[in-house]
Amino acid sequence: MGVTLARAAQWTAAGSGAGTLETTPLNESLLNQIIKFAEDFSTKHPQEAAYVFREPLEWKTQLDSSAFGEGYVINEATVQSEAKHEDGQPLLILSASTLRVRSFDQLSHLLRIAMEKKLKEAQACLEANRDPIVKILGPEYGAVEGEDTSILHLFDKVKKESGLETELKMKIILLLHQLDLQLLNSSLKQISQHERLNPATVNNEVNLLKNFCGRGEDTVLESLEYTSDYIFSNGCRAPPWRQVHGEICYLVIKPHDTDPLCITCSTAGVFLNGGQLKGKDIDYERKSDLYEDIVTFLRERSPRFVENMPKQGYIFFKEPAQEENYQHVEGAEISGQWESFHDFTENRRKGKVCGKGKSSSAGSPGERSKLRMKWKSSGLSVSQRPKSSSDKTPRKDSEDKGKSSTVPLTTKKKASGKSKTVKIQETSKCKASSSLEDIGESSSETDEDEQPLRHQEGNTDLSAEYWGIQKLAKYVKGGDPTATLIALCSMRDFNLSQETCQLAIKDTGCLEVLINLLDTEEIKCQAGSLKILKDISQNVLIRHAIADLGGLEIMVKILDSSDTNLKCLAAETIANVARFKRARKTVRQHGGIKKLVELLDCISVGSSYQAKDTETARCGALALWSCSKSTKNKKAIRRAGGIPLLARWLKCSHTDILIPVVGTLQECASEPSYRLAIRTEGMIENLVKNLSSEHEELQMHCASAIFKCAEDEETRDLVRKHEGLQSLSDLLDNTENKQLLAAVTGAIWKCAYSTENVLKFQEYKTVETLVTLLTDQPEEVLINVIGALGECCREQENRGTIRRCGGIAPMVKLLTATNQALLVNVNKAVGGCAMEPENMSIIDSLDGVRLLWSLLKNPNPDVQASAAWALCPCVENAKNSGEMVRSFVGGLELIVKLLKSKDKEVLTSVCAAIANIAKDEENLAVMTDHGVVPLLSRLANTNNNKLRRHLAEAIAHCCMWGRNRVAFGEAKAVAPLARYLKSKDPLVHRATAQALYQLSEDPNNCVIMHENGVVKLLLAMVGSTDDALQEAAAGCIANIRRLALATEKAKYG
Amino acid sequence: MSRKGLKVLVESLTRSAKHFNKSEVECLVKLFDTMVAKASSEYAGAGFDRTVFRDILYNAFGMTDDVVMDRVFSIFDKDNNGYITVTEWVEGLAVLLRGTLEEKMKLCFTIYDLNGDGYISREEMFQMLKNSLLIQPADEEPEEGVKDLVEIALKKMDHDHDGKLSFTDFEKAVRDENLLLEAFGPCFPDIKSTVLFEQKIFRETHK
Repeated sequence: MGVTLARAAQWTAAGSGAGTLETTPLNESLLNQIIKFAEDFSTKHPQEAAYVFREPLEWKTQLDSSAFGEGYVINEATVQSEAKHEDGQPLLILSASTLRVRSFDQLSHLLRIAMEKKLKEAQACLEANRDPIVKILGPEYGAVEGEDTSILHLFDKVKKESGLETELKMKIILLLHQLDLQLLNSSLKQISQHERLNPATVNNEVNLLKNFCGRGEDTVLESLEYTSDYIFSNGCRAPPWRQVHGEICYLVIKPHDTDPLCITCSTAGVFLNGGQLKGKDIDYERKSDLYEDIVTFLRERSPRFVENMPKQGYIFFKEPAQEENYQHVEGAEISGQWESFHDFTENRRKGKVCGKGKSSSAGSPGERSKLRMKWKSSGLSVSQRPKSSSDKTPRKDSEDKGKSSTVPLTTKKKASGKSKTVKIQETSKCKASSSLEDIGESSSETDEDEQPLRHQEGNTDLSAEYWGIQKLAKYVKGGDPTATLIALCSMRDFNLSQETCQLAIKDTGCLEVLINLLDTEEIKCQAGSLKILKDISQNVLIRHAIADLGGLEIMVKILDSSDTNLKCLAAETIANVARFKRARKTVRQHGGIKKLVELLDCISVGSSYQAKDTETARCGALALWSCSKSTKNKKAIRRAGGIPLLARWLKCSHTDILIPVVGTLQECASEPSYRLAIRTEGMIENLVKNLSSEHEELQMHCASAIFKCAEDEETRDLVRKHEGLQSLSDLLDNTENKQLLAAVTGAIWKCAYSTENVLKFQEYKTVETLVTLLTDQPEEVLINVIGALGECCREQENRGTIRRCGGIAPMVKLLTATNQALLVNVNKAVGGCAMEPENMSIIDSLDGVRLLWSLLKNPNPDVQASAAWALCPCVENAKNSGEMVRSFVGGLELIVKLLKSKDKEVLTSVCAAIANIAKDEENLAVMTDHGVVPLLSRLANTNNNKLRRHLAEAIAHCCMWGRNRVAFGEAKAVAPLARYLKSKDPLVHRATAQALYQLSEDPNNCVIMHENGVVKLLLAMVGSTDDALQEAAAGCIANIRRLALATEKAKYG
Repeated sequence: MSRKGLKVLVESLTRSAKHFNKSEVECLVKLFDTMVAKASSEYAGAGFDRTVFRDILYNAFGMTDDVVMDRVFSIFDKDNNGYITVTEWVEGLAVLLRGTLEEKMKLCFTIYDLNGDGYISREEMFQMLKNSLLIQPADEEPEEGVKDLVEIALKKMDHDHDGKLSFTDFEKAVRDENLLLEAFGPCFPDIKSTVLFEQKIFRETHK
């Protein structure tokens, strides 16, 4: 305790005596630990607690006598404990707010009495007694700067006199010592969390902020520039003589609302400097407080910055600390390590070459194997290799990509006031992931490209396993094939699924030898080695090491071996290793895919399967499964003729081979060519059949495959024909296995695209079950469930069912979710439900429309569009919808602004929504004020029929206010509209005719229409069977005609 | 040998040696005759002796270990008369080239059981493994490494913990891990030599 208090705790004033403890988080946590220690002392160590302190601990308390109860003699303002020392002195005395305590027993008791004042009391006590140990045990035990001799001192004493008291003292001092260590540890932890800035973090932050700079309204800053473009090799921009002071770089920041700021970024933090002097010089003097980072600094200085920062729809990525470390390795070190690595590979290559050369000429196997001596590894551990930055960039890219579809948009603020918003995004791990884009780019390419991180590098405690393996490694390295084999077989007696053993094999340099063994001609040694590699390649680090050592190339070569057993082992090991991108690429580039596909083609005798064939095919399929996570490999599998073989094996009934086969298929089903093949090769039937398998994993892969394939209408029909819908519905009952549930609900969602299928689902009461899955499910399940419900909503009956089952409330609640893929589906489903007036009143009462409306602010265009679509039926069906819409502050402005979007779907949906909103005159007036007319007019020159249709509708409805008709004419919207009549889509005709009819109320518009030859086209439409179209066309012609008559009249009187 | 005599011999051998068909047996008999003729040793006509046999093992199958080759000879030479007859030749090769796992296990165990007492002892293992270490740990006695290896093998295979391997121990170990069949040194020709040998002998005589 003494040491911690003296060193770690933060005292206001240096020097002893008057100092007080600052209220900092560190101190508070220290105090809390001390309190806990003291409080528990009397129960944990009753004997020691009775020990009477050498001198009482004395301090000014804030407790008064009234707080004391049983066990104390209270006499006005003084309190004495009933417990007394041998000399008659009470162990606790309180008089005139001075408290004296003489044992841990009393101390514990007191703290319990103090209740919420505990912290204050402990603080006061420690402030008054800077070294409590001296008071407790005597001056000879005080904490001495430099070395701690108290324990030694005590030992001396114990040796001299052995008494109960000394023993007690001994125990107490040990306990206190323990506490001291504990306190130091925890304070160290806290201190170490305080990061210091470094060039890379500063640079990241600057780059990030630069994205938000500019002249626009929403930007946070006007500009942000380095004062110098020159970067020193260590990443700093400050001149070397300033780097000595820890300064990294200088920035000139122009905020929107204050004068330019010139700041210094140093390792200690960010501060304002004296600004740029004439010329290029900078006044380095510090002029402000230190801030943690640039963002924190700006928060203090620029209100506009604070205001606009949350508007930035970006996510701050904070890279894991480990990676940062890699980044900051000094340049020299990197090159050094690279060099040694190259040396090593070169040595290995040499060894290999001469090994081969001799083995062909040398007659005796004894001599051949002697050469292996040369292969002895250089012992360089591969994990020490610095991660090349190229490994990192694609990962970031993929995260960026993922952002658009699945990334939740939360920016989390840390309680400590750290302004750097941090959200480490994990790309969806779920194989059966959701949105369409995901299927395109495969569920898998992005996942599990893990970074091999070493947890306990340089741990000195080596396990028994380590030594055991090291001993065996000696014989693997230095023995002839016989000795090697014995050692290999014995090594398998270790639990190779345990990380200690896996890493021990790597650390003893055994891994290199195992891989070298693969390159020999000793089949038994190859097999022995593969058996070990197969097991230990479960470990990420090992996988990467095997790939780095060129193991994959050799294993691919082994696939050509004449020994079936060996081929199987190699394929299985490849299956394990090829779980990251680079490895999969290596397999492909060395022709591995073709060889693996050939493993599936081993049905030797007729059509009856032989055990050996099944095993070979199983291993081949396993490896293909791993490899199929890369898009290029999918193509390679197809080119190698893998699809018919997979189809053939899909017909068999062995679960252990079906799983990898279906796994591969579902992985590949992200490719359209596979989806086609799966349908045409009749695989849907088997996939459906295996949905009823007893094996959940198989069920899951089958469901995922259907999930991906059911994008295609014919496939959906096939699933129904083979009675797959029933099986899928039944599988919803298994709610424990979330992965399975996600896949099954996904398949149901996609199958529900077909109306016939929806009817089937109605029959199986699937909608009811789906509603129960709206709560307490992981996002990947929710996305699919709500997607399926959204599709089912197309049927009126289902809309009622959802309401009756209480599905609307959880659905509306999901509108507050953050996952964008989920939001898109929720919007759709809510919109679907809103078509029913009864549902609408529930949605309205739950404030669903407001939530939908606020989703228009979501940065993702898909979410915006789906929200706008959903608003259409809401506005149409809600009671008093006009008033409701007006009640959303800024709502109308928001939706009109969305007409500036660049996304077609957003524009279309917003037009549709505006058409509905404009039915209310007051709202139309407001929208007109926000400039809806020119914005709509600007869109008129589109070729997209869907947009044309809704745009025309919106224009038709917006004509109803003020001089909007004239305004549309002035904004040149009429001529393009007239051309819409030439489109082939009858729905466009109807909307356009209605819009033209409205516009034709203005004579100028009639002239333009006439010029654009609408009359002839409209005449044809008067004969349409569509009443609305007929009427609008006729009305428009009438208006034009009337104008013509009027002009004639005016001309000729 | 008369044509009829040959036919009878081939038929009986086909039955006793299981793994070869008639024409294959015929080829082997022919090969045997050639070897005997070439050897022209004291047993001429009846068979060939250890030296010739070892030459065959070395040249045709690439086997090099003296101890093992001697042991294989004694196993072939069932009646222990110092030379190998045509029956012994064909039956022996049947196991050596095409034996089932059981037959191979028996063969290996017999080879490794140098003194024929039904157990593979520590000493026998030591004998067989003594040349197996190519790198001697610098700081240890050269024999220490081998002794260590023997202990490793025992630990792996001696299931009843009696310090030696009985056939039961050996059989169990091999069934658990097939790679341990030739735990104490190669006893069978490797796949390549086997394929080569069979191709050469069987095809040649077919013509």
